[in-house]
Amino acid sequence: MSTKNPEYDFKWCPGCGDFGVRRALEFALADRTVEKETPVENNVVVAGIGCSGNLTHLLEGPQPFSFHGIHGRTLPIAMGVKMARPDLNVVIVAGDGDFLSIGMEHIAPQAARNLNVTAVIMDNAVYGLTKGQSSPTTNLGEITSSTPYGKMESPLNPLDLYLTLGISFIASGYSSKPRDTAKLITAAMDHPGFSIVHIQSPCTTYNDTYEILKGNAKKGIQPLLWNITEDHDPSSTDSAYNLIHSGGWPVGIIYQSSERPSLDQQHEEIHKKVGEKTARQLLDRYSL
Amino acid sequence: MKKLDLVVRFAGEGGQGVVTSAEGLAQAATQVGYHALTYATFPSQIMGGPTWTQTRVSTTEVLSAGDELDVLVAFNKEAYDSHASAVREGGVVVYNSEEFAIADDLKSFGMPFDELAKSTGNTRAANMVVIGAIAFLVNMPQEYLEEFVTKRFTRGRTNDQQIIESNIKALSLGRDQAKNSGFNLGTLEDAKMPSVDQILIKGNEAICLGAVAAGLDFYIGYPISPATTVLVWMESNLVGPGKFVYQVSSEIEAITGILGAGFAGKKAMTATAGPGFSLMSEGLGLGWMAEIPVVVVDVQRGGPATGLPTKTEQSDLFACMHPAHGDVSLPIIAPGTVEECFYASVDALNWAERYQGPVILMSEMAIAERAQNIPKPDLSKLNVESRKVYQGSNGYMRYEGPGVTPMPIPGGPGSYTANGSEHDPIGDTTHLAERHVQMTERRFNKLNLLKDGHYESDNTHERIVIMPWGGSKGPSQEAYQELRGKLPIGWYYTMYLNPLPTSLLEELRQKELVLVPELNYQGQWSSILRSQGVNAESITQYTGLPFKVSDLIAKIENRINSHTERKAKA
Ligand SMILES: Cc1ncc(C[n+]2csc(CCOP(=O)(O)OP(=O)(O)O)c2C)c(N)n1
Ligand code: SF4
Ligand SMILES: [Mg+2]
Repeated sequence: MSTKNPEYDFKWCPGCGDFGVRRALEFALADRTVEKETPVENNVVVAGIGCSGNLTHLLEGPQPFSFHGIHGRTLPIAMGVKMARPDLNVVIVAGDGDFLSIGMEHIAPQAARNLNVTAVIMDNAVYGLTKGQSSPTTNLGEITSSTPYGKMESPLNPLDLYLTLGISFIASGYSSKPRDTAKLITAAMDHPGFSIVHIQSPCTTYNDTYEILKGNAKKGIQPLLWNITEDHDPSSTDSAYNLIHSGGWPVGIIYQSSERPSLDQQHEEIHKKVGEKTARQLLDRYSL
Repeated sequence: MKKLDLVVRFAGEGGQGVVTSAEGLAQAATQVGYHALTYATFPSQIMGGPTWTQTRVSTTEVLSAGDELDVLVAFNKEAYDSHASAVREGGVVVYNSEEFAIADDLKSFGMPFDELAKSTGNTRAANMVVIGAIAFLVNMPQEYLEEFVTKRFTRGRTNDQQIIESNIKALSLGRDQAKNSGFNLGTLEDAKMPSVDQILIKGNEAICLGAVAAGLDFYIGYPISPATTVLVWMESNLVGPGKFVYQVSSEIEAITGILGAGFAGKKAMTATAGPGFSLMSEGLGLGWMAEIPVVVVDVQRGGPATGLPTKTEQSDLFACMHPAHGDVSLPIIAPGTVEECFYASVDALNWAERYQGPVILMSEMAIAERAQNIPKPDLSKLNVESRKVYQGSNGYMRYEGPGVTPMPIPGGPGSYTANGSEHDPIGDTTHLAERHVQMTERRFNKLNLLKDGHYESDNTHERIVIMPWGGSKGPSQEAYQELRGKLPIGWYYTMYLNPLPTSLLEELRQKELVLVPELNYQGQWSSILRSQGVNAESITQYTGLPFKVSDLIAKIENRINSHTERKAKA
C-alpha cells in the first residue's frame, strides 16, 4: 500500500515494535533496489497471519509484490515463489506464533534444503492479534490470557533451534534499531541460502518487554540485549553455540556459512545434466 | 460364432508376476490390433500378499474389466480358492503345478510355469509361458505373439536375439501344454487394426502426459497411494529450462507451494489422495480467495481417514467441490476413462488459467493403474490456454471489477498483494460489507467461464436417463448398451462436473428421473444434482470395487420398474 488506503483499517498499537521492523525492511529494500539496480517489483514479501504479517500492507514507498496467505505457511509459499522464479528476492515476515508454533513443521525441511529466502521474524513472545495468548517463546510461569495460572512449558530458544537445524544464516536484531536491523536484513538477503533475522519486537499491549530488553539503570535492571563483538567468528558453529548460551540476548550476526549450495543451485546443477524432455518425446514412449 | 472378447484374471501373490503377465497380454493384444484394458488390485503389503490383475481383450473398445472370467491364471492355491468361482460356465483355470495340485474339477489344468521358463534358458519368461497357453485357448495365431515378442525385446542390446528366441520358445511351451490339456474356448475373432495410431497407457500416466502437453512448469507432491505414481513420473520427466519438480514434506507444503508458484506465474500442479486432500483444505480456500491458478489431482481411494488405501471409491465429491470453509465452489473435472484422463488434465490446466483459481481433477484408484489402448493424442491440435498477464504500469487494481482480470507477475509491473483475507482491489485487507459482497460475487462469476464443457447424450427423448460420473462410466455404458431398446432409457455423461455445461443442466432438469450409478454410500453426485433442481437418484455401491455390469443392469431395471409403478399408482 503506497498511499493511505481508507479501506484498510488495521493499525498497530502505539509503540508496537513492528513499526521499527517495517522501517528496517523499507531501508533494506530501498538499498537493494539501488545496489542491485533491480526494480522493487523483483522482491516478494510473503506475510504470515498476525499483527506482524500486516507489515506487508503497511510498507511505504515503492511497493514489492506480496502474498498474504494463511497462518503458519509462509515458508512453503515462499518456496513455491522462489523455486518458480529463482531470480526473485523472497522475504518472509511473520510472528513468533506463526513461524515457531503452527509453522514449526516447515522450518526443518527448508533448513535441510537450504532454501534461498530470508525470514524476518517479529518475536514479541505473545500472540498479539488474537489478544495475548502464550506463544512458544513466552517464559515459563508467565500469566497470559490462555495461561491464567502460569505457562507450563519452558520457552523455546529460537536461535538455538535455528543453529541445531543447520540454517545457514542466523542473525538476531532489535526493533528499536531500524538502521542496524536493516543491515542485518541486507546481509541475510545477500546470503545465498536460508537466512533468518530473528527480531525482538515488543508488544506494548500484551507483553511489553522494552524495559527488560533495554534495562533500566534506575531500577537496577540489567539489559537483556547486548551487541555481538567483532571478535565473534560467525562461521564457527561452536562460537555461535557459545554465544547463544552465554546469557542475555545477543544482537548481530550469529552464524553464517556458505558451504552448502542452496536448493535452487542444486536443482539447476542437476537438471542441467538431465536436459529437456518434450511432451512429444514422452508421448512416443507409449506407442505400440 | 467367434468370440468377441476374452477376460483373463491373473491371481497370486505380489512379486509372482501377476501384473507383468496381465500387462504382457494387454501389450501383445494391442500390438496386433485388439483393444485391451487391465484392471489392477494391489496387495496391502509390500512383499507378497494376495493380489490380482485382470485383462480384457476385445475386437472393439473395452468399457469395463468384464464380470465373468474366461480364464483364471492361478499362481498359488489361495488364488485358486478365492477366484475359481468367478470363472464362467465353460471357462478354464490354468494353475502353476509347482505350487499346488488340484483334483480334476473338469475346468482346470496345471503346468509348471517356472520350470518351463527355466528350460528355455530364460527364467524370466514364465509370463510368456502363461500367455502362450492363453493364446492357444482362443486359437490366437502364433505369429501375433511372435511379432509382439520380437518388437518388445528388440532393444538394441547384444543379447536381443537370444532373449527373443527364449521368449518365443516359452510361448510355444505354453501352447503345447494348453493343447495337451484338451481345453478350448473357441476362436477369438481376428483383430482389426484401429484406423488411428494407438498408445497403451495407464490413467495416471495419461494425467501426467496431459499436464505436460498443456505446459505444466511446476510439480511438487507427497507420496500417497494411488497418486504416488504421478509424483514418480514427474520426478523423472518434468525436466528442462524453467521447470521444477520436487518431493516436499507434506500435502500442506504441496498445496501452499504450488500457490506460491502459481502466483509467480507458473502452471503448477500437485496430486494426492483422500488424506492428503483433506490436509489441503485451507490452502485450497486460499487459492480461491487470492485467485491463483493451480491444479490439484485427487486420485480417490476408499475413505474416510486412512480408509482403504488400495481400493477404489468415488466418495470425495463433496470434499472436492467444497473443500474449505466459507463460500467456495471449486471447479471439478472427473475423467471416466484412461483417454479422458489425458484430456481432463489438459482442460484442468486450461481452466485454472482461464478462471484464475484452483481446479480439482478427480480420478480414482480403478483408473489410475488401468492400462488401456487409446488413440494417440494429436499434440498439434491441442488447445492450450495461457495466462492473461498484466502488462501495464504500476498502481494496478488486480482485483477490480466483476470478473477475471489480467494477473501481474512478480518481476513485472503491477505489484499487489495476493491476499487470503477479504481485500480491496489492490489486495489490502478490508472488512467493508459492500466489498465482501462484490468480491464474493466476483469469485463466483468467474465460474461462468467454465460452463462450455462438452457432454455425451443418447436417446435424449426418454424421460428416464442414466448418468454416471467418473470411473463408473465404463460399466454403466456397457449396461446401457445392453438395456437400450429393451427399456425406455436415455444416456448422459460429462466429465465436467462443476460447473456443469449449461445446456446439459437444462436438459437434465427436464427429465423425470436421472439415475446415477456411483461408488459411495451417500449418493453424492445425485445429491448435488438435486440441489441444482434435477430429479436424480443414486445407485450406490461401497465395496471398494468397481460396479459389475450385470449388477448394474439388474438395479437399473429394478429402479425403472418401481418408478413406473409409482407413477401408475399416482
Ligand atoms: C489456522 C489458523 N489458526 C488460528 C488462527 C488465528 N490466529 C491469527 S494470528 C494468530 C497468532 C499470531 O501470533 P504471532 O504469529 O506471534 O503474531 P503477532 O500477532 O504476535 O504478531 C492466530 C492464532 C488463524 N488465523 N488460522
Ligand atoms: S497487539 Fe501487540 S503486536 Fe499487535 S499491534 Fe498491538 S502492540 Fe503490536
Ligand atoms: Mg507474536
